[in-house]
Amino acid sequence: MAEASLAAGHSAAEHATTTGLNHRKVLMWAFLGSECLFFGSLISTYVVYRDHSLVGPFPQDTFDIPYTSVSSFVLLMSSLTMVLALAAIQRANVKEMRVWLAATALLGTVFVGGQVYEFTDFVRHGLTLSTNLFGTTFFVLTGFHGAHVTIGVILLTSLFLNSLRGKIKKEDSLTVELAGLYWHFVDVVWVVIFTVVYLLPY
Amino acid sequence: MQTDVVETTQARAKPHGHPSAAEYVKVAVVLAVITGAEVAVYYQESLHAVMVPILLILSAFKFSLVALFFMHLKFDNRLFAVFFSGPLALAFAVLIALLTLFHRVLFGV
Repeated sequence: MAEASLAAGHSAAEHATTTGLNHRKVLMWAFLGSECLFFGSLISTYVVYRDHSLVGPFPQDTFDIPYTSVSSFVLLMSSLTMVLALAAIQRANVKEMRVWLAATALLGTVFVGGQVYEFTDFVRHGLTLSTNLFGTTFFVLTGFHGAHVTIGVILLTSLFLNSLRGKIKKEDSLTVELAGLYWHFVDVVWVVIFTVVYLLPY
Repeated sequence: MQTDVVETTQARAKPHGHPSAAEYVKVAVVLAVITGAEVAVYYQESLHAVMVPILLILSAFKFSLVALFFMHLKFDNRLFAVFFSGPLALAFAVLIALLTLFHRVLFGV
């Protein structure tokens, strides 16, 4: 079993498991699978109800595509910095990992800040959670996504602080990898939201 | 001496067969270009009739690139891909079922 685990690319320090896979990583993927269903139901609800609003504002009066495109670009680039942080710790380069982790948390914060600004702008234009079906489904979907990004930023910041205390070493690269998986998932969800919510004509 | 060479080689090796930093940057550049293309398609009046399929394909391509390269599904054990793609397929089925129930047509026909 230990040989099978090593063949699957795991270090000898890891415990042998029945699947030969690390249980923490299996758990993270199972969690991300459940998150697919969570966001899938929110996106489906948005698509079904989007043009069933009886009163405005309607999507075409509300969205600022250039602004959201920049936000999307920021989140995409944060995925790059995240994966570079993982590559750095796997090379035992803790200092470089710290830089990339900080960059990822910063880009995530910029994205959340942009979303807060967008929400306040929409509210100023009369779109709230209870204005119409578009408002309800839009704010619930993008709000939950924003909450996920915020949790990711907190996770990355705690990793950064732990690395300053010397608690993150090459042997702990799986911890960074798991945080990275969560972060990339948040990114792919936004890839779908950006297209389905903002760009697709209905 | 020989031990030093082995240790240096191991330190530089790409863990678990993951891509190098340069490859990650290349993937990010492709993702940025596709995002630009999506916005360009959105503003292109002449593409209005085929806008929906084009945007969906570009989005699916971006999704796949992030999942395969940044989340390492291309390089990791296939069981992880099953854990992810199974619920993803189910979520997509829920979307199709709801659209059918609400008599909606996604492609604007």
